[in-house]
Amino acid sequence: MYQMSQTKNEIVGIYAVWYREFKVFLREKSRIVSSVINPILWLFIFGAGLGSSINISGLNYQAFIFPGILAQVVLFSSVFYGVYIVWDRKIDFLKEVLVAPISRTSIFIGKVLGGATDAMIQIIILLIFGWIFGLVGLIPGLHITLFTGIGALFVLFFTTVSLTSVGLILGSQMESPEGFQLISSFLLFPIFFLSGALFPLNNLPVWLGSLTKLDPMTYTVDAARHIILGTSQYGLGLDLIVIIAFMLVMIWLGTYAFEKMKL
Amino acid sequence: MQIIKTENLTKKFNGFTAVDNLNLEVQEGEIFGLLGPNGAGKTTSIMMLTTLLKPSSGTAKVNNFDIVNQPDAVRKSIGVVFQDPSSDDTLTGYENLKLHGLLYGMPADLREQRIKEVLKLVDLTDRRNDLVKKYSGGMRRRLELARGLMHHPKVLFLDEPTLGLDPQSRTTIWAYVQELAKKEKISIILTTHYMDEADQLCNRLAIIDHGKISALDSPSNLKKVIGGDVVLVKVENPNLDEIKKLDFVKKTQVHDGYVTLTVANASENLARILQTIGKVESVDVHLPTLNDVFLHYTGKEIREGSAEGGWGERVMSFRSRKN
Ligand SMILES: Nc1ncnc2c1ncn2[C@@H]1O[C@H](COP(=O)(O)OP(=O)(O)O)[C@@H](O)[C@H]1O
Ligand SMILES: [Mg+2]
Repeated sequence: MYQMSQTKNEIVGIYAVWYREFKVFLREKSRIVSSVINPILWLFIFGAGLGSSINISGLNYQAFIFPGILAQVVLFSSVFYGVYIVWDRKIDFLKEVLVAPISRTSIFIGKVLGGATDAMIQIIILLIFGWIFGLVGLIPGLHITLFTGIGALFVLFFTTVSLTSVGLILGSQMESPEGFQLISSFLLFPIFFLSGALFPLNNLPVWLGSLTKLDPMTYTVDAARHIILGTSQYGLGLDLIVIIAFMLVMIWLGTYAFEKMKL
Repeated sequence: MQIIKTENLTKKFNGFTAVDNLNLEVQEGEIFGLLGPNGAGKTTSIMMLTTLLKPSSGTAKVNNFDIVNQPDAVRKSIGVVFQDPSSDDTLTGYENLKLHGLLYGMPADLREQRIKEVLKLVDLTDRRNDLVKKYSGGMRRRLELARGLMHHPKVLFLDEPTLGLDPQSRTTIWAYVQELAKKEKISIILTTHYMDEADQLCNRLAIIDHGKISALDSPSNLKKVIGGDVVLVKVENPNLDEIKKLDFVKKTQVHDGYVTLTVANASENLARILQTIGKVESVDVHLPTLNDVFLHYTGKEIREGSAEGGWGERVMSFRSRKN
C-alpha cells in the first residue's frame, strides 16, 4: 500500500498509540489535578502527623518520605494505567488497534510510553513543588537541584516502564475493570508499604527486612533517596542493577502477554 | 476475480461450533451480505476473516492472502467497522481519523487529504472537531465507516452497520454505503440480521444459521425460490389436511400460531384459503421477502428486534475511561 518501510511503519505505529494515550491524558484534567494534590496531602498530613515525633538520621521526616511519595505516585499511576486497556476491550476500540497492520510489540511499546508519559508529567510537577517547598522552608532539609531532579526522573522513568508493563500485563488478561481494580489494589498496598517509602530500612525485624528486600520498589525508593537526599541503604549501583533488570524482565513479559492477548 | 474465498472455515469455542465449515466466495467489487439471526456466527466469521481470531480448522483467502499464514498482508488489505463502537469518545472525530491514518502508516499529506474526503463523504466535516462523546449513535457509526475506508482498503468489512440505530439513521447509513461502493470501487462484505438491509444493499447474500450457510444467491433469486405469493394466516387449529389438497397451495409451514402458505395467484385464491383453513384471526398477503426465504430454509423467522442489545446500549454503558 504505502511506500514506507516496515520499520518506519512500526515507529509511526508506536507514535500513533502514544498520541492517543497522551491526548486522552491531557483531556482528563481532573485526573492530573488529583494525581498531584493527593501526594501533597500525604506529604503534609501524614508527614506532619508522624513527623512531629520522628527525626530520621538527622533528616526532617517530610524530607525523608518525599522520594518515597514520588515512588508511590509512579507505582499507583503506572499500574492503574493498565485498567484502560480493559476499557478499550469493553468496547471494540482494542480491535481497531489490533487489526491495524502493526505488530503487537509496537502496540505494547506505545502503550508503555503513554503510561510513562502520564507518570513523568506528574513527577515533574511534584519535583517542582518539592523544590519550592524546600526553598521556602516548608520542608526543611529538602534541597532539590536541577541535577538531582533530572537524576531522580531517570530512575523513576525506568521504574514507571516496569510498572506500566505490570499494569498492562494484568489489563491484557482481565475482562472487567472491577476485577482489575481488586487485584491491583491487593498487589499495590503491600508493595508500597514494604518499599521503605515511609520508614528507614535499617533496624527492621528480620522477617520484615527480608520482605522489603524482595520488594522491587525498595530499590527505586532507595535510589531516589540517594539522589535527592544523599542517603541510601544499598548504594546507587545495586539499586540501578535491580531496577534495570526488573524493567527488562517486565518488558519481556509484557510483549509476551500482548502477543497472547485475547480480544 | 474473487476477493474472498473461504475453505471449510470453522470456529469452535470449547466444543461449541460457532462457524461450521463455511464455504463462500466474494467477487471483487460486489456488496456481499451475511444474513442471519443473533448467534448465527456472523461476527465470529468476520473476526476470522480480519485475522483477529484464529480458525479452529479451515482457512480463507482475502485479497489472495491466507488469513492464517499471511495475517499481516491481510490486515494491510482490509478496513473494518466493528459491531460495537470502536472509536475513542474522548477524542474528536478528526483525532480518531488521524490516529487511524498513523496506525496505517499513511504519509501526512495523503492522510490529511483523505481525512477531508471521507469526512465529506459521511457529512461530518462540520463536526470534525467535536468530541465523539457528543455525537449521536448514527454520527458515530458514520465516523467509523469513514475511518474504515480511509486507508483505501481493497475489502471493507461492516459488522451489523446499523445495529441499534433509529430508522432514519439506518437509511442514511445505507445511502452512504451505496455511495461509497460506487465511488471507492471496493468490495464490501456486511453482516446483518435486518432483512430490509440485506435486500437493499447486497448484490448477493448468504443466509447463515447455526454457523452454516443454508442458501446463497442474489436477493431476487432467493425470493424466486419461494415460487408464489406468501399468505400469512393467524389461526388456531388450522385445517392443514384440507389446505394441502388445494392445488394452488405450494407449501405450508406452521410456526408459533401462524401458518405461512406459498400460493400461486393469491389474489384469486385467497377466499378459498380462508374458507378452508379454519377460524382466522388475521391474514397478510405479500410478495416474497427475505424473511419468507429465511423461514423457507430454516423453519423459523429472524427476530428483528435485537436481543443482543448491542450498539446503543454498549455506548451508554461505556462512559469515560475514568473509574
Ligand atoms: N469468545 C467466545 N466464547 C464462546 N462462545 C462465543 C464466543 N464468541 C461467540 N461465541 C458464541 O458463538 C456463537 C456465534 O456468535 P456470533 O459470531 O457473535 O454471532 P452473530 O454475530 O451472528 O450474532 C454464539 O452462540 C456466541 O455465543
Ligand atoms: Mg454479531
